[in-house]
Amino acid sequence: MKLYIEKLMIIFNREFTGYFRTPLASIFLLVFLALSTGMTFFMGQFFQRGQADLNSFFVWHPWLFLILMPAIGMRLWAEERKSGTIELLMTLPVTNSQLVLGKFLASWFFTLLAIIMTIPIWITVNYLGEPDNGVIFISYLGSWLMAGCFLSLTSCLSMLTKNQVIAFIVSTISCFIMVMAGFGLVLASVRSWAPLWFTEAIQSFSFLSHFKRIQYGVLDLTTFIFFISMIMICISINIFLVQLKKAD
Amino acid sequence: MNLLEAKNLYKSFGNINAVSDISISLNVGEVIGFLGPNGAGKSTTMKMLTGFLEADSGSIEIKKIDLSKDPINAKSIIGYLPEGAPSYSDMTVKSFLYFVGKMRGLKDELLEKRLEIMLKDINLSEVQNQIIETLSKGYKRRVGIAQALIHDPDILILDEPTDGLDPNQKFEMRKLIKSISKNKGIIISTHILEEVEAVCSRTIIISSGKVLLNKETKDILKNKKENLDSIFRKITK
Repeated sequence: MKLYIEKLMIIFNREFTGYFRTPLASIFLLVFLALSTGMTFFMGQFFQRGQADLNSFFVWHPWLFLILMPAIGMRLWAEERKSGTIELLMTLPVTNSQLVLGKFLASWFFTLLAIIMTIPIWITVNYLGEPDNGVIFISYLGSWLMAGCFLSLTSCLSMLTKNQVIAFIVSTISCFIMVMAGFGLVLASVRSWAPLWFTEAIQSFSFLSHFKRIQYGVLDLTTFIFFISMIMICISINIFLVQLKKAD
Repeated sequence: MNLLEAKNLYKSFGNINAVSDISISLNVGEVIGFLGPNGAGKSTTMKMLTGFLEADSGSIEIKKIDLSKDPINAKSIIGYLPEGAPSYSDMTVKSFLYFVGKMRGLKDELLEKRLEIMLKDINLSEVQNQIIETLSKGYKRRVGIAQALIHDPDILILDEPTDGLDPNQKFEMRKLIKSISKNKGIIISTHILEEVEAVCSRTIIISSGKVLLNKETKDILKNKKENLDSIFRKITK
């Protein structure tokens, strides 16, 4: 087990520091911070609402992640396959699960770094009023879990192509579907013809529905299990795809 | 001592039989030259020997370890230079070799020692802090060799190690292969017949996925009437 973690951490370190070897990390962090705070203040009307909470901040996260997570995750496997380094990597004494987990965790913790960098907005709301910090903490946690779902899905899809642009587009569309499944308009159109259980099933697969619950400070077991199991399912499929597609 | 024993390997991609019934045995001190025209199945065979591809049937034992049953331990005995010498182009030479060494399970102290040896023996010292992307083809190939040798493996599998190198670099590479071959088993795939004559103790010629010739190189060279070049052309026609 110790050796398993050791190898996983070597992969993790290479991938995590890899973000900083190119301008990608700074561009991503800059774009994420600019968009998340810009949307909070200008579109979410943070001051005009006159409420000491961060709803106007978290409400944009599913939509931001829709674009930004595929941007982070698109290179995970597509680049390895295009440059041929997958052959090098997979002839090292390492298992597929170590590779997939190491890469996924690196991108997930890079996202955590981006999320942590928004903490000044949490400090600001505490300075201006008396927010429920428990709700805000849970929202942060939920936001990171949701980002993990987007990333694991992107990682999985980036194994299917050698082209990063295709990986990005396919991942964005897939993430969009996962978000939109809980959107009122979509549910209303399904509700008109489908049985109730079907509508509920669609809603239960939506990132948006689960994230909305978290935003209200409710991180119940169902939501937690949903996000974690989504990540685990995508990672398992990813491990399978690495075995299947490595030599294509 | 036997290092690698591959028996009756088969591999097909769809309707194409890439490898049909190939068997290879590699011993300590032996350098096998794997010759064949393009698309003969050389790279596919090497990918199977290194555990990157699974054979449809047949068995591969690396120092008596079944590659399909215990791939982690079997892979740790092999050093591999894939075709085109791929490497992480955004890393420096030193950090890339350090990464591979760590993945190979080398402890810090030993890794530092091996790094020093690699940088010196493969003439990478002057570019050790350079980003791989900025290196010439020759240097990139050397980085590929260094990563394959970093853990001092018993078996070295090199897929076209001198491809794209200038004559001086080819000469240096052959010298290096010869110098390390004493206590290792090496398999080299190549198109260059003179390379086989210069460094390989055994020659295997394959075409359309089948072994057409498997002989000691010195026995082939004994034949004054036919040289390796004419034998190659005759049997791979």
